[in-house]
Amino acid sequence: MLLSGSDMQAIWLTVKLASIVTVILLLVGTPIAWWLVRTGSWWKGPVGAVVALPLILPPSVLGFYMLLAMGPAGPLGHLARALGVVPLPFTFWGLVLASVFYSLPFMVQPLQNAFEAIGDRPLEVAATLGASPLDAFFSVVLPLARPGFLTAGIMTFAHTVGEFGVVLMIGGNLPGVTRVVSVQIYDHVEALEYGQAHRLAAVMLIFAFLVLLALHAWRPDAKKG
Amino acid sequence: METIEVRFHLDWPGFSLDVDCVLPDRGVTAVFGHSGSGKTTLLRCIAGLERARQGFLSFKGEIWQDDTTWRPTHKRPLGYVFQEASLFPHLTALGNLRYGLRRATTEHKVSLEQAVELLGIGHLLDREAVRLSGGERQRVAIARALAVSPRLLLMDEPLAALDLKRKQEILPYLERLHDELEIPVLYVSHSPDEVARLADHLVAMKDGRIVASGPLMETLARIDLPIRLGEDIGVVLDAVVGERDEAWHLARMDFQGGSLWARDMGAAAGSRMRVRVLARDVSLTRQLQAQTSIQNLLPARVSAVADDEHPGLALVHVQVGPSILIARLAKRAVAALDLSPGQEVWAQVKTVAFLE
Repeated sequence: MLLSGSDMQAIWLTVKLASIVTVILLLVGTPIAWWLVRTGSWWKGPVGAVVALPLILPPSVLGFYMLLAMGPAGPLGHLARALGVVPLPFTFWGLVLASVFYSLPFMVQPLQNAFEAIGDRPLEVAATLGASPLDAFFSVVLPLARPGFLTAGIMTFAHTVGEFGVVLMIGGNLPGVTRVVSVQIYDHVEALEYGQAHRLAAVMLIFAFLVLLALHAWRPDAKKG
Repeated sequence: METIEVRFHLDWPGFSLDVDCVLPDRGVTAVFGHSGSGKTTLLRCIAGLERARQGFLSFKGEIWQDDTTWRPTHKRPLGYVFQEASLFPHLTALGNLRYGLRRATTEHKVSLEQAVELLGIGHLLDREAVRLSGGERQRVAIARALAVSPRLLLMDEPLAALDLKRKQEILPYLERLHDELEIPVLYVSHSPDEVARLADHLVAMKDGRIVASGPLMETLARIDLPIRLGEDIGVVLDAVVGERDEAWHLARMDFQGGSLWARDMGAAAGSRMRVRVLARDVSLTRQLQAQTSIQNLLPARVSAVADDEHPGLALVHVQVGPSILIARLAKRAVAALDLSPGQEVWAQVKTVAFLE
């Protein structure tokens, strides 16, 4: 076995985290992206900016605020206590919540592009054929935006796999709970276990390469040689 | 109230729409005008795709829009054919047809089979929408709009994006629609030939306003407002091929009040045809000319004389039985012949324009 038990545990934890975050963001990001494309509201700008914040904000800054929000005095902390899922910091679900915010733009922006590319016409056609707006969304927009969903899903998953700063701020470094692959590699390096760090890092490298390859192959308009 | 009442006022930067009219509830009504005249906007307002802030729309007594009512597009029993192919690319031709069929709430007057047969698309049903040619796509789109059994069919320049050959391919199907279905059709077009060939009623638009509205032949023959359908003013006649002179390749077109010999276009005797007689092809004489190259001499009575655009020209309307012809004459000729309403003349028709 090339990878140790704790390495495998970290990989499993990472995959679980990224999967859950991707599913949550599909459900949360889709309406946000749709709203951003269709609205004529003044709020479009501010909301779009907040969604895009994680793209340029240092993860430690985001993590710091998330930590405060999740603390006993923070709004998320209050909410968590009311729902009976305390505490949030240094738990797996705290990590999920933070990752949802951190990866939000990676879900919303590809979806927004996909929805924008569809334009008004298919929706108008659907309306003249008797489809309500909700019906048209599911019967026309979703099928037409499928490549966008694929891209958004892959980007979100991959980005969540790769996060480090937010994990350290929110999750700390608890084996099996919050110790994801990126943190595990950091630990190996700290402990001067370069061999193990190498193997795990190689896994990540291959993963990242495969993701980008898959994105290329699945792009519907990709010119394949 | 079996009519469609329409009142819309809409202000956009650089464009305003201001219409108030009653449209007939049967037959094909052509909304004719240059691009930018507001005809598509009018159609979109009727479909509910555009919402005029001040608007009133009642369809055969049902209020679709007024100050307090707004019926969204998907609850209006209409079919809409867009200018460019608008098939859903993720579905097959049949999938596209079924999309509307499944959501139709009106009782089915037009069956899927009937729509497929009318447009001749039976062999295309299994094809992916993206693998159809432009003409095929538009035929499927028309069938799709019909298959929902609309009570009102709206067509926004359905042929404009097609080349001449594809147009010829679809026009006969549109004529069949006209003959076989009892749905009122609003047909937006800037093509004089399509209008002359398909329309029963004409709504002429300019700069967001309706300049004339009424039965096609009457409206085209209006003296106060000569409407230029295409390159020249003229009238449209509903004719039946009465006789064919095969030796001379001529066919006799019988219309109400007379008949005209024209080139034999191959249509069988008894078939109906619409022909246009342009003002520039009609001249008038006081006496019957014995020796003339003109084959068509019709006894007529002058009904009106009006100015043409050029100060030297006049438009003279003559009555041939119940039908009207328009002749463009030099004003000097009008004076020389002393033409005035009520006078008996002979109309010489040089040529008849076919609609193709």
